[in-house]
Amino acid sequence: MSEVQTLRLALLGAPNCGKSSLFNALTGGKAKVANYPGVTVEYRKGEFGLADGKTVELLDLPGVYGDCGHSMDERVALDAVRGDLEGERAPDAILFMMDASHINTHLHNVLQAKNHGLPIVLVLNMMDMAARDGITIDIPTLEKELGIPVISCVAVRISGRAQLMEYLEEWGGDVSFGSAVKPTEEGGSLKEIQERARSITRSAVSRVEQTETFSQRIDNWVLHPVIGIVILFLILFTMFQAVYTWSGPAMGVIEWIIAALQRGAAAVLPEGLMTSLVVDGMIAGVGAVLIFLPQIIILFAFILLLEASGYMARAAFLVDTLMAKVGLNGRAFIPLLSSFACAIPGIMAARTVEQERDRITTILIAPLMTCAARWPVYFLIIGAFIPAAKIGPFSQQGLVAFGLILIGIFFALIMAAIFKRTLTQGDSSGLLIELPSYKMPVFKDYLVGLWDRGMIFVNRAGRIILPASVIIWVLATFPTKLNGIAGTWAGKLGGMIEPILRPIGFNLEIAISLIPAMAAREVAVSSLATIYSIAEEDADTKLSALISSQWSLPTALAFLAWFVFAPQCLSTFAIIRKETNSWKWPLFAFGYLFVLAYIAAGLTFHTATAFGL
Amino acid sequence: MVHRLTDLTKNQSGTIIGFDETDAGLSIRLREIGFAEGDNVTPLHFGFFGKNPISVRVNGALIALRRDDASAILVQTQTEARI
Repeated sequence: MSEVQTLRLALLGAPNCGKSSLFNALTGGKAKVANYPGVTVEYRKGEFGLADGKTVELLDLPGVYGDCGHSMDERVALDAVRGDLEGERAPDAILFMMDASHINTHLHNVLQAKNHGLPIVLVLNMMDMAARDGITIDIPTLEKELGIPVISCVAVRISGRAQLMEYLEEWGGDVSFGSAVKPTEEGGSLKEIQERARSITRSAVSRVEQTETFSQRIDNWVLHPVIGIVILFLILFTMFQAVYTWSGPAMGVIEWIIAALQRGAAAVLPEGLMTSLVVDGMIAGVGAVLIFLPQIIILFAFILLLEASGYMARAAFLVDTLMAKVGLNGRAFIPLLSSFACAIPGIMAARTVEQERDRITTILIAPLMTCAARWPVYFLIIGAFIPAAKIGPFSQQGLVAFGLILIGIFFALIMAAIFKRTLTQGDSSGLLIELPSYKMPVFKDYLVGLWDRGMIFVNRAGRIILPASVIIWVLATFPTKLNGIAGTWAGKLGGMIEPILRPIGFNLEIAISLIPAMAAREVAVSSLATIYSIAEEDADTKLSALISSQWSLPTALAFLAWFVFAPQCLSTFAIIRKETNSWKWPLFAFGYLFVLAYIAAGLTFHTATAFGL
Repeated sequence: MVHRLTDLTKNQSGTIIGFDETDAGLSIRLREIGFAEGDNVTPLHFGFFGKNPISVRVNGALIALRRDDASAILVQTQTEARI
């Protein structure tokens, strides 16, 4: 084989030590997210060039402390290093990253990692912060004691990476990747390895005990048993308010572009079916969802900020007691919060939950968190029926959305408590997480993260919503639309399920939109857009205006209630199947959510009707 | 005298002298995240309900854990260590 193998480096290390920062800095943030059969492993693969033109492949792995693999993502990281992942060769060497400020606590982890039998280099990251915290590290002594190269690094600065790059250049010429640096094995029990690590830090690290660090001063407020919870609530409240109040101008621009595209297409294309397909089917359908991009971006801007600043682990600490009451732990908070964006990463993030039955419980309730795909539905209905007025300083629409989210959370907790007493009985695992020091998010990492999330949303619009819109258009146009929607295939299909949905206040258009909404929930919105767009002569009329004139308030409220619980989209269904490796859990999740959604919508409709709304 | 980490009050320091090995998996997890014999530990924050969970400063790191798990860490208070 003449093929030159590129060097493959694995980034290993504890959570929050800056692996992703280094990865983004070296690869420019261009990453392939790899998936493997069996488990949905998510780790990023990227490439970067050395000065001599050689390419190095870099793997960004989930954070891991030791070599036991207590949770699923830790096992995945360790399997990747050992080359046990199907279809992936083992890395040629390990870059073991460590937050220099935490060298005293974590040094034994690198000793454990020496036993993987791969060349290994210790990269001490955030050396500047360590110096600020009064930590001095004697690198030559450390190298001698550890028996491996140690590189000092500030991953986010070019000058801070210079030493690492220099080292890699030297290595780069040798595909065997410096067999000279293959470490000797560290024998003995974990206790003995720890003793060795502690004795090394005693000789190589000196630490001036700080009276009160910056992080500690903040934590006195943020982790306060009462004030801390108030702060958490205020942060979440602000987040959901911002999603509404900040997104207006950007949404106006997108709306204008969509309308311009529709007018342009209508002018260029010949009158008839073709125009209808493009204007009513494709542009109306995709546009109805893309319009919510600003809101999605704002939501993620907050989530990523909370993650990168170090606050997210504090939130886990604060909600742990609440989670304990329903038999989960604070760790489950992080997957659940991700589920506000999309249940899929949330369900996958449940891999960090150690106990298997806790992981299952977390997966089952994750779809109750209001995912971004449901936002368009909320935005549409709230926009159509709730006045944009303000109550005091708060947006009324934002308050309603926040209320819907709280209902979702409330039922998630209740369902978790029920599951833990029935299906997933047993002790739950503890919390045990490190609360990282607060840091300013790295602007570049932040933008890369935001861009990735935004693109996922836009890609979905292209991959799922565009074809779905075309299908809906076909169904809602043929064989004839002379008698309105009822005469079309869509009308006939919707007519079949409408009797089931009529008792909860749903009309034919809703029944039709719910079928394709199984592909992705926001398709309910694009379908409604297409259905109404075909029916309306004036393509410019806004969907929300149409809905507010044609739906009764109880129907709209019932539709909202349905979507608080709505059975998840097919991709959620598929990911649960994959992550639990059984059909039992996805079928169960689908069933219980359907029942909840039906009951909630019915109760809402009849209560609202009884109150004469 | 042997205490458990949970016996320490807020800001009271102790030195780890061992682990309750009843749950071997737990003591490994505690070790891996950074607790070891000889380390100084100081509880800094307590949760609202039943002072649970707690956050503990150890070697400059801050680790959050539940009381049940924390009680597997055996400590000696600083005054005792001096005697």
